[in-house]
Amino acid sequence: MPIDASPPLHGDTGLKEKTHPVPRVVIRPSAGWTPLDLAGLWRARELLYFLVWRDVKVRYKQTLLGMLWAVLQPLLVMIVFTVIFGHFARLPSDGVPYALFVYCALVPWTFFAQALSQSANSLVDSSYLISKVSFPRLVIPLAAAFGAAIDSAVTLVLLFALLVIYGIRPTPALIALPAFLALALVAAVAAGVWLAALNVRYRDVRYTIPFLIQLWFYVTPIAYPAGLITGPWRVALALNPLTGIVEGCRWALIGTGALDGLALALSIGISLPVLVAGLYHFRRVERRFADLV
Amino acid sequence: MGEVVIRVDQAGKRYRIGEDANVYGSLRETLMERITAPFRPRKPSRRASGRRGEDRDFWALRNVSFEVRQGEVLGIIGRNGAGKSTLLKLLSQVTEPTEGCIEIAGRVASLLEVGMGFHPELTGRENIYLNGAVLGMTRREIERAFDQIVAFAEVEEFIDTPVKRYSSGMYLRLAFSVSAHLQPEILIVDEVLAVGDTAFQRKCLEKMGSATRAGKTALFVSHDMSVIRSLCDRGIVLDRGAMVYEGRAVDAVAHYAHLIGSEMRVSRDLRDWWNRSGTPRARIVHGAVEWRGNGEEMGHVVMGDTLIIRFEVVRDADVRPSSLRSSCIISTTTGIPVLHISNEDDDFIFPDVEEATVTITVPQLRLFPGTYTVSLWVGNQHYDDYDYVRDCLSFDVEQGTVPDRAYRMSWYNGLVYHPSEWSAGT
Repeated sequence: MPIDASPPLHGDTGLKEKTHPVPRVVIRPSAGWTPLDLAGLWRARELLYFLVWRDVKVRYKQTLLGMLWAVLQPLLVMIVFTVIFGHFARLPSDGVPYALFVYCALVPWTFFAQALSQSANSLVDSSYLISKVSFPRLVIPLAAAFGAAIDSAVTLVLLFALLVIYGIRPTPALIALPAFLALALVAAVAAGVWLAALNVRYRDVRYTIPFLIQLWFYVTPIAYPAGLITGPWRVALALNPLTGIVEGCRWALIGTGALDGLALALSIGISLPVLVAGLYHFRRVERRFADLV
Repeated sequence: MGEVVIRVDQAGKRYRIGEDANVYGSLRETLMERITAPFRPRKPSRRASGRRGEDRDFWALRNVSFEVRQGEVLGIIGRNGAGKSTLLKLLSQVTEPTEGCIEIAGRVASLLEVGMGFHPELTGRENIYLNGAVLGMTRREIERAFDQIVAFAEVEEFIDTPVKRYSSGMYLRLAFSVSAHLQPEILIVDEVLAVGDTAFQRKCLEKMGSATRAGKTALFVSHDMSVIRSLCDRGIVLDRGAMVYEGRAVDAVAHYAHLIGSEMRVSRDLRDWWNRSGTPRARIVHGAVEWRGNGEEMGHVVMGDTLIIRFEVVRDADVRPSSLRSSCIISTTTGIPVLHISNEDDDFIFPDVEEATVTITVPQLRLFPGTYTVSLWVGNQHYDDYDYVRDCLSFDVEQGTVPDRAYRMSWYNGLVYHPSEWSAGT
């Protein structure tokens, strides 16, 4: 006997101004690949909002320096790099002051690294929610990545202050900056959903994340210009999706170099498929999260 | 009675246990397995052999089928480990069934725990929004219920204070209050009523009772049989993952009491006892409860008697006796641990023999009248379980003459009688 379609319940409060159709679910064992549940994710958008809001709020309530932390990290790296690589090692910086050169790259990089590491650890850190409440699990790594985006907004303030201090007048290319930052978010979420899902199953993933990010930092043209790398190595460098993003940010902000079509194409061409595959993999394994965390 | 809104059909949930205490697996192992797989003869099951030979499947729930009609309130009863929580997790879609099928028509709110997502640094106000969102309320629903939630929790003055400054009572009241204001068509409630003070519990029960009277369908898990009797129309009894009874709530409660009673034993061979876990480097093979005093000639312990718990432990030769830890936990039949007796607290070291009979003497037992179960545990100095034998023995306590009271002491008032000195000033 199939379940009869029952009329929508109006409840005893009269609070609902519109009647919802009765949601009907059939829960049965699933296996293999399933379609992405984007509608479910959309319904969970308020939860996503509140989780981002909680993370950001708690981060700035608990720490002494609050918002300053977000800026302090790239700022200190900038100072150390400027002294060591800019002053002593005399690395080229495409004709702009080295401090500005490196900070323009540190803004997207810090955003990417924070979004990646926070989303990769997010599921394990939210095990108490996963084992007790049902909602699209993707909300958790997404909330972590968006939280990092809010931190990054603070680093942008310092960036514009530096532009003013060094007397750099932005070119119309500046309007492309949000696109590059969005691409950094895509790359971070792409890697983040893979690592987050693996982290639930294999706890050694957690320990590899800082190392992975450290390595990634050196193969990204942050302390040095991409132009320093020549020959076949140039393609190898461009295979790193962050190369196109970091160089693109510099191009948009301080106009160094030309926009490298290859690096940008590879950046998009790698990040997007990895993201889509990551989302499908996530869907495939999320049903076991509650049993594993 | 309305139409069927929940149908559970042959639902089962299997967990893997005993994977070398390494449930999470390591990446290297899996990679090696994948890489070498093509070069090895195919085995019937990849996981069932090899390094993880310890694998055992454990069915937390199996072949469970029932229906719930609209407006019905179903009570789910069973001992710890009977599968109640697993069933609720399946119904709440927190985890998937391994087999079978569950159909649900209607918006479900499940309360497996109160205060989900609460953060101590955030204020009461902020936590209401957060918790509401976690429970699936929309922001508008939370806004509309906000004043009622605050009033119900009686925390008006502290609503903008971080909840870490709340007393535990205030914290629980607020947490529960958010949950109590959900407006679902189907409400699923785990044993959350066991928290908070009695007066507030009553208030919550009334609130939920009013929800059920308004035609909402609800599923309750509770150890408190009076809650089941007063709130539920029907009840099911789970035992070791199977549904052993389905019927009117009062009959289900009676069946459950019979089930507990039939397994009540003061002495038992534990070699094949079912409810246990641990890596068996030491095993508890027999257990018994005895008593000396007024109850000696009767079939039960009398308050004030000396309780004696005896159990036999067999350990592997390479387990150092000085590293052995052992404890005995005495709980109510409703699952509340009352006494925890450990060799460490009492400065007892195991003798250097592979088979030891341990005797624990508890003088002047002052537990309130009722039925108690005994769990026994052995492990190492890091508290890793060697053998944790749950609820393997049980005994009854009667009031007797110590203390000599006209009124009947009951679990409603407390669990332990502790003689105290009173004085009064003027």
